[in-house]
Amino acid sequence: MKIVLQNLTKKFPAPGRKSQKEIIAVDNFSFEIPDGKLVGLLGPSGCGKSTTLNLICGLLAPSSGKIFFGDNDVTDLPPENRGVGMVFQNYALYPHLTVRQNILFPLQNLKGKNRPSKEEMESRVHNAAKLVQIDSLLDRKPGELSGGQQQRVAIARALVKMPHVLLLDEPLSNLDARLRLQTREEIRKIQKKTGITTVFVTHDQEEAMSISDLIVVMKDGLIQQIGQPQQVYDNPVNLFVAKFLGTPPINVFEGSIRSEQLYIGSHSVLPAEGIPDQKVFAAVRPEGFIPDENGPLCCTLNGIEVMGRDISIISSHACAAGPAIRSIIAAENRIDTTASEVRFSLKPSKVFLFSQKSEERIYPSC
Amino acid sequence: MEKRNTKAWLYLLPALFFLGFFMVYPLIDVFIYSFEEGYNFASQTYFGVGSYNYAYVLRDPYFLQAVKNTLILVIITVPLSTAFALLLSAALSSIKPLRNLFQTVYFLPYVTNTLAVGLVFMILFKKTAYSDGMINLLINWFGGSSVDFIDGPYWAKMFVLCFYTIWIVMPFKVLLLTSALASVNQNYYNAARVDGTSKRRIFLRITLPMISPTVFYLVITGFIGAFKAYSDAVALFGTDLNAAGMNTIVGYVYDMLYGNSGGYPSYASAAAILLFVIVLTITCINLLVSKKHVHYS
Repeated sequence: MKIVLQNLTKKFPAPGRKSQKEIIAVDNFSFEIPDGKLVGLLGPSGCGKSTTLNLICGLLAPSSGKIFFGDNDVTDLPPENRGVGMVFQNYALYPHLTVRQNILFPLQNLKGKNRPSKEEMESRVHNAAKLVQIDSLLDRKPGELSGGQQQRVAIARALVKMPHVLLLDEPLSNLDARLRLQTREEIRKIQKKTGITTVFVTHDQEEAMSISDLIVVMKDGLIQQIGQPQQVYDNPVNLFVAKFLGTPPINVFEGSIRSEQLYIGSHSVLPAEGIPDQKVFAAVRPEGFIPDENGPLCCTLNGIEVMGRDISIISSHACAAGPAIRSIIAAENRIDTTASEVRFSLKPSKVFLFSQKSEERIYPSC
Repeated sequence: MEKRNTKAWLYLLPALFFLGFFMVYPLIDVFIYSFEEGYNFASQTYFGVGSYNYAYVLRDPYFLQAVKNTLILVIITVPLSTAFALLLSAALSSIKPLRNLFQTVYFLPYVTNTLAVGLVFMILFKKTAYSDGMINLLINWFGGSSVDFIDGPYWAKMFVLCFYTIWIVMPFKVLLLTSALASVNQNYYNAARVDGTSKRRIFLRITLPMISPTVFYLVITGFIGAFKAYSDAVALFGTDLNAAGMNTIVGYVYDMLYGNSGGYPSYASAAAILLFVIVLTITCINLLVSKKHVHYS
């Protein structure tokens, strides 16, 4: 089922003194989540992504705006009538109930003709448990399970009602690094298998990039950019999105355009056709550097990390916004580790220019 | 390892000493007294050893009356006060405006002097030459006839005693339960809401199990406290509780030691041991029941 958010706004009263302005957690949010897709809401903490999720879920009521599931306006419906399944950040499994009772719980809430028979409930619990591969743990208590297993139980509990929409709040944040990789694949697989429209919240860009069909990058309650992960990575609309996506992060230089040339420091590093003279941020992806003895960008070499497949060169430059420039090059390149300097030329497709004033992208033009 | 053990015992020594001297030794002593017939404090003599004290106490109508009173008090006040406290704290937790004010109001009886409370109950219930008491005024208002709650029929006196006890023990229970309710993670309620759980089911299946350790604690201490009731009865009916027919087991023990008919430490000890056995039995039953119904996280 597709989800449409229309001019969704959520304001919270300011804590403390009355004179303070209210906090706008979600600001005039409009977008459409296509049916059967896995969508990641991505942003730094406090950007309103969890609030958005709670609005879709119905735990919070919007200050203004509308939410549609398919063609139905669900804005005023309570959560239980929306047909959503929710997985909470800390899973919220009832600790005094067994796994079976936990998964059964939503079904036992159903009344009248919606209430399935005992056998039907049992088989649905079994199917949900099988889907997330916890069918052998049904008689344990949540406290006796590992974090990853608890996560699966929470997903099974959300799925057993056969919701139209599955919502996950920071689903991987409580897991260790290895389990996170495994579980995110698992979530992707389950979503593909069931075809449920799924929205999940994360602050980890790698997580969002790796499994989402679509990512929504947010900051301060505002949508920054929506798109397929690769497309957003390759075409960030502003400096925030460029900096937020990618590991290692993008390298930002303060530069300027003079007579259609990009200058970093006193050297012209790239041609910039058709751009009027101005100060810019030049952002270069780590893979956009080519070691070149005659290259125009001259950096102080600080160190080299060899990681098998790639080499990561750590250097610094007076115009760089950060303390270190991280560039990744293929391991075949030979770098003189004893040199004090390293020179690069740049791949034009991996360089973005942003206006210093608005931080919007000016090159390549959007 | 050895050395560490010695150290541990050394740390425990002060506590062990005080517990042993003030709790274990007296307990053993009382147990011994209870089998010594006609023990005399002053001369430290007794006539013989046997179960005579128990036989006497168990046949003493005053003791039987005290047991009956205590049991009625326990059976009525413990469940009622716990249930009321649960309802009140659930209500207190769900209101937003003036919550602090109400919490204070419900906690006030806890810091109020027992005798002051007794005085207020006198005004409510006591018949004097000038007035029948506020409650009787109310009863008269609705067309009933006055009841003497303090010197009248047994059920009326028992009603006042239970009412008083519940009122006295409630604030502490409300306090503990409101803090237990506040400590339940909001996410459980959110999860339950998303699943469309009714209010009743949320309370019975989620809230109650989550706060069950606190409820259990209150039931256990409630039972023990009610079995040891004495001062409440004195505040209402004066010191001659046997005459009023409102004596409790602890009151009986006290009377046997120091009361007008006192001076019988052997009988008092036997009664105290009987009380101990009753409380121990009830507490063991509580513990057994709790194994199934109390959930520690």
